[in-house]
Amino acid sequence: MTEASSGVRERPLSPHLQVWRWHVTMLGSILHRACLIGLYVGALILAGWALALASGEDVYAAYVGLLGSALGKLVLLGLTFALFFTVASNLRHLMWDTGRGFAPKTADMITIAGIAFALVATAVVWVIAGQTGALS
Amino acid sequence: MTASSAGFRTPLSRARGLGSARHGVGHFIADRVTGLALIPLSIWAAYAGLKVAAGGYVVAVEWLARPLNAVLLGLFVVAGFVHLRLAIQVVIEDYIEGFVAKSAALIANYFVCVLGAALGVFAILKVALLGAF
Repeated sequence: MTEASSGVRERPLSPHLQVWRWHVTMLGSILHRACLIGLYVGALILAGWALALASGEDVYAAYVGLLGSALGKLVLLGLTFALFFTVASNLRHLMWDTGRGFAPKTADMITIAGIAFALVATAVVWVIAGQTGALS
Repeated sequence: MTASSAGFRTPLSRARGLGSARHGVGHFIADRVTGLALIPLSIWAAYAGLKVAAGGYVVAVEWLARPLNAVLLGLFVVAGFVHLRLAIQVVIEDYIEGFVAKSAALIANYFVCVLGAALGVFAILKVALLGAF
């Protein structure tokens, strides 16, 4: 809360998005934050799922029907990606916390690896879902 | 405050408004530790989601009645909401200006996450302990 400390020298401002040349670690950072905002909704959907299950068969059927609609599937597809990308980001940040992996090439590489992991894992989960009849 | 009155402040008084509130590390560590816990829990949750999605109501109830599933799902919900509360707090602090709006958003974030976690855990316990009826 900088408001509390009036009379203090102004803090320097960092240049914002439009000033920077796009690079992959920046995309990773923004994507990480976007995924977390998505997962906020996802966590509420999960809590709602448990509530629906606890409320009986009719409520559960209606709730799962909503999740199984075209829009519901699209949301769940996005959430699958968000979940896996956040897993990758948490791992990446744990590595960065140890002070390793900050060389630009390494940082780019592990960010790309995180995005690739999330895409592949999402595809695998949804292919399996199709095969087990979860999508029908 | 004008520059002249700022001149009367001691270096200590100026530093007091600037420095660490000694809370930052707690936020950081809670964020990283829940993030670490959520790595295996998320992978498990994706696997669990596939299992449950393939069946209907009875399959879901029987799945949640297993102690390991109920406990892991409970931990996933709690660790998830703690992690998300911390994450969204930073987003609010970054992007929402003004003391009242920022405070309101931070409190709302707190309430939503505590409510979500409480509802989720209670519902999980109800199904796990009482089953379908």
